[in-house]
Amino acid sequence: MNAMDTVVQGALLGGLYALFAMGLAVIYGVMRQVNIAHGDFIVLGAYSAFVVVAATGLSPFVVAPLTALVFAAFGYALQRTIINRTLGNAILPPLVVTYGLSIIIQNVLLQVFSADARSIQIGALGTASVALGAHLAVGWFPLIVFGTALAVAALLEFVFNRTSLGMAFRAVADDPEIAQVMGLRDGQLFAYATAISLAVVALAGVFMGIKFTFAPADGPNFLIYSFEAVVIGGLGSFWGTFAGAIILGVAQAIGFALNPGWGILAGHLVFLAVLVYRPTGLFARSAQ
Amino acid sequence: MSLLAVHELVAHYGDFQALFGVDVTVAQGECVALIGSNGAGKSTLLRSIAGLIPARAENVVFDGTPIGAETAPAIARRGIALVPEGRRLFASLSVEENLRMGTFSRRPGPWTLARVYDLFPVLRDNRATPALALSGGQQQMAAIGRALMANPRLLMCDEISLGLAPAVAKDVYAALRRVRADGLATIIVEQDIELARTMSDRAYCFTHGRVTLTGRSADLTRPQISAAYFGVK
Repeated sequence: MNAMDTVVQGALLGGLYALFAMGLAVIYGVMRQVNIAHGDFIVLGAYSAFVVVAATGLSPFVVAPLTALVFAAFGYALQRTIINRTLGNAILPPLVVTYGLSIIIQNVLLQVFSADARSIQIGALGTASVALGAHLAVGWFPLIVFGTALAVAALLEFVFNRTSLGMAFRAVADDPEIAQVMGLRDGQLFAYATAISLAVVALAGVFMGIKFTFAPADGPNFLIYSFEAVVIGGLGSFWGTFAGAIILGVAQAIGFALNPGWGILAGHLVFLAVLVYRPTGLFARSAQ
Repeated sequence: MSLLAVHELVAHYGDFQALFGVDVTVAQGECVALIGSNGAGKSTLLRSIAGLIPARAENVVFDGTPIGAETAPAIARRGIALVPEGRRLFASLSVEENLRMGTFSRRPGPWTLARVYDLFPVLRDNRATPALALSGGQQQMAAIGRALMANPRLLMCDEISLGLAPAVAKDVYAALRRVRADGLATIIVEQDIELARTMSDRAYCFTHGRVTLTGRSADLTRPQISAAYFGVK
């Protein structure tokens, strides 16, 4: 186990965390709200793909984009029918309602699938790797995840900074009242943001389900990893969130290398250190 | 017939009543000034017209249509634009993006980026700058430009000289005169009474949420305005 290997494996794990975190960052960036059910939606994405793969025999790589599409539609409807009703001057109602969603999702999954851990199989690709020098090999699947995360970050940066929709997203986050005076319907925009968020979440969920085993109560951990990556990276930039996720992944990998019990703890410690010394995050674009 | 007719409008902030049955009209092409001390209800009136404070449909009639109960985005699409107090530019948007925000009301018309830049050349020079990096006067120009990009039929300007050096405020109002040259109906809220009188065709004085004096701006005398302003007779 050399140091280089640890860092590379940690960075690749960070690619998965980046996918987790960017869904959260979209919602926070537009609505200034945290979706407490975020991690449970990741797990729900994994179960959805698991069921479809089992029923149809399709490749998980075909099922993943389909799941993303379905989740986008689901996110749009969820925002319009439920979460928009909770938004107002008080910050608590959306937190309480998404916390309630979290409990509902966990218990429905427990009822339907039991507490047994599941995983999504991708056959030989799951263990195939490519050698990088004599002492370092990286798996094809973690590379695919990492590449997907890079592509998603680039796409989100493009949408937020180069399109009218992104301009509207930033404006409504800056000043929702004046955005309305400009003719923007915030409820509609929030629904688009949640649709984008849940599409990313679905991809993250399918990849998580391939990489790890998963059970109904795993969601809250993923919420914490996502939140930590967003805070480490700082607000206002998806590249920042991506970098924050990589740092989190590397910290966990180094912790695991030192002692198998220290991995998760090491990630939390890095998060706390950033919170103490750079509360706006390492790569914040705006100091809000 | 007037372009805008506000009739018996009341407005509340929670338990606090800010307007007590206000009547205001604005004719096509007219400039109307709202005068009064802080808290008299001028900004509340503009916010009610813009749909940010709920009202009853018949309280606000625009071009013959009762719009009092409509949402802010719907009212924006009808062609009522607000230059809000304190400018309220979007902090994470560039100057040009702030101007383009005006186009979300989807109203075609004479005002384009090029025309706004001709009116305020300094904005063209700083088009890629973050909006809040501009000076106060330039920010005010951007806020006016943003409202014009919506091609409004009624432009409402809330204290556009606030916090500006007198010379800069003069420039901003000179620009507003040029904007009004083609007959754009305008409501201005202005603390500088002389400026408000010379700029406007008619004026309304507000005291404690009521209209206490109204008339042609040229006919109103300073003692009259002072009496209405301070609520003493």
